[in-house]
Amino acid sequence: MDEGLRSELSKQGIFTTSLQDLYNWGRKNSVWPLQFGLACCAIEMIATTMARYDLARFGAEVFRPSPRQADLMIVAGTVTKKMAPQVVRLFNQMPEPKYVIAMGACAISGGPFKQGYNVLKGIDRYIPVDVHIPGCPPRPEALIHAFMTLQQKIQDQNLTSAKRPRHLDADEPGEFDVPKFGEHDLEPPLNAGVWQPKTVTRTA
Amino acid sequence: MVCSVLFAITPLALAWSWARRFSPRKPGKDKNAIYECGLESKGDAWVQFKSEYYLYAIIFLIFDVETIFLLPFAVSFTGLGAGAIVGMVIFILLLVEGLAWAWQKGVLSWK
Repeated sequence: MDEGLRSELSKQGIFTTSLQDLYNWGRKNSVWPLQFGLACCAIEMIATTMARYDLARFGAEVFRPSPRQADLMIVAGTVTKKMAPQVVRLFNQMPEPKYVIAMGACAISGGPFKQGYNVLKGIDRYIPVDVHIPGCPPRPEALIHAFMTLQQKIQDQNLTSAKRPRHLDADEPGEFDVPKFGEHDLEPPLNAGVWQPKTVTRTA
Repeated sequence: MVCSVLFAITPLALAWSWARRFSPRKPGKDKNAIYECGLESKGDAWVQFKSEYYLYAIIFLIFDVETIFLLPFAVSFTGLGAGAIVGMVIFILLLVEGLAWAWQKGVLSWK
């Protein structure tokens, strides 16, 4: 439908929508996060759900204790290499459509513990992250902003077309490889389909 | 009646057909796993385990449950037919067998 006509109709008090917009509107306002925290960022996540910041305004107050009922995984805190397989497995057990917010410097890149031998250098090596929040830890407002960013992302998703999201595409994977404990490190060190290390090209 | 059935079925059918039309199924090893705590389950759930408390269950049946049936049996004893008497005798004999079993196991002696 033409955008100009739609805005003209809404001025006359006639609300028009498409099936896709209605579907996405319903989805974006009922995102249920998975109830799990890894480190100090989880305290900020808990604060976000409480009365002062009130994540319930965005339809996301229902933190589900089971991955079967959750849509959103908020990776809140340092992902140790011992914990990484469990995080990936939990993500695999969530039903589609599922989203990931990497909250804080640790979940993005390892953060202040990046040099630690036991710290994963970013959860986006194993699972596809939709929104990254910088900060150590990010304030609740930052998490709310990330949440609104995710809502916008859900709103813009196509139901049918070549650009449709992963969960509507039969060829895209629904599960991601769970890393194993190797002799020295996690094996594989990254899921190639999800993340590739940046190649530095030097010009002479 | 028809309206209420349709009211229940229509949203379910709509959701089902919507999922069938747009959303491909993606089952997998982790997604179909029984447990959902993130850890892999170890071993088999189909194992034998010792039922330690069956003797308590037998004693409970004899001295507690049987009493509940004995009271109405005693009250209506004079007006009962032969079939009811036989049924009750079988019931009591089954429980007496349990009592004999428990007695022979030494459950009734205080140590």
